[in-house]
Amino acid sequence: MFTTSLTISDLLFMLQGAWVTLQLTAAAMLLGTLSGVLCGLLRAGLPRASLPLAWLLDLFRSVPLLIQFVLFNSLKSIAGLDISAFAVGCLVLGIYAAAFCSEIVRSGIQAVPANLRRAARSLGMSYWQDLRHVVLPLATRVSFPGWLNLVLSVMKDTALVMWIGIFELLRTSQSVVTRIQEPLLVLCIAGLIYYLMSLLVAQLGNRLEKRWQEND
Amino acid sequence: MFDYSFHWRVALKALPDMLNGAWVTLETAALSMLLGTMIALLLTLLRQQQNPLLRHFAETWVSIARNTPSLFQIYILYFGLGAFGLHVSSWLALLAGITFNNAGYLAENFRGGLKAVPDTQMRAARSLGMNALHAYRLVIIPQLLRIVFHPLSNQMVWAVLMTSLGVIVGLNDDLTGVTQDYNVKTFRTFEYFAIAALLYYLIAKTIVLGARLMAWRLFRY
Repeated sequence: MFTTSLTISDLLFMLQGAWVTLQLTAAAMLLGTLSGVLCGLLRAGLPRASLPLAWLLDLFRSVPLLIQFVLFNSLKSIAGLDISAFAVGCLVLGIYAAAFCSEIVRSGIQAVPANLRRAARSLGMSYWQDLRHVVLPLATRVSFPGWLNLVLSVMKDTALVMWIGIFELLRTSQSVVTRIQEPLLVLCIAGLIYYLMSLLVAQLGNRLEKRWQEND
Repeated sequence: MFDYSFHWRVALKALPDMLNGAWVTLETAALSMLLGTMIALLLTLLRQQQNPLLRHFAETWVSIARNTPSLFQIYILYFGLGAFGLHVSSWLALLAGITFNNAGYLAENFRGGLKAVPDTQMRAARSLGMNALHAYRLVIIPQLLRIVFHPLSNQMVWAVLMTSLGVIVGLNDDLTGVTQDYNVKTFRTFEYFAIAALLYYLIAKTIVLGARLMAWRLFRY
């Protein structure tokens, strides 16, 4: 009853898929955080003028990620761009992450009391000094838990890139299932790997958060 | 570089079918939200129990639902249950997967909401002679739902977006499934999926607007 045809090389194959998942997450979060912080600063600084930006980002939050992948992939072919499916996956996930990140950053910046900023300005700081030395350090602490949640949700959403043909963790486990025909076992292992990766990221984040609080 | 001719007219002919698909999507999402909310309430209550078995069951549910991809959850229901001789249809697998996911996320929201309902409410209800069930049904849960109304409407949007995953396990009558059907027949990928994206956007906005109207109607004192 407890025999299985799962081999070590299957497991290694799945771990390779997990590595692709992590790479995708890291690349998407890098792209998403950089552009998200930029958009969030714009949204907080010029709420009226950046309203079109808000509508655009809202579009990415209200359309299923799967459809965004398919759309971008076909747009790539239409425009004749010669980039890999992996790059398309990173780009779409990055924009998706940026859409959420901008909201997190905006609410973080708005959580800094206006009086504090006035105090900083009246001490003779310039606008940028105020932003760099007062607003951003405080806003980072407020928005970090939200950002961590975003990392976790992006990691889970990377599962959807299988639809455009990237072999990440879920796709690799599916092809292992196709070979050995034991879906429950293989999928449970895949789920365990996802669970452990989420746990690891959450732990690292919590430790970082605690260290910041000690310094305050 | 740009030698692709768009054929919107052909794609627009599929609009009635896609609208039917959108209705299936909406129905599935609404059903999963209804079931998910009920299960989430149950999980919230179970998490407060003294009995460690019940509490751990609820904790496990929530942590699995929150820490694995929803696509994985649908996969394990669709492919994994075959090991027990249970062969579920793709629609059922999708519905069960989303419900499982919704219940996990909502249970976490409800836990936060329950903390915001003062303990004294429960004590006051009990001292008026209500039993625990009555107190929960008539006093605690109405206040809880008011607090979590906004996360609830957010989750409804999420549920609609998650139904698009059904196509990966072979569902072909929801919005994405219909779109994919037309796509493989004609290879007009961009046109069909652009229309689908627009429809999803409209559905999401309608839900947000509807929730806002409902909140305005329901929650005025």
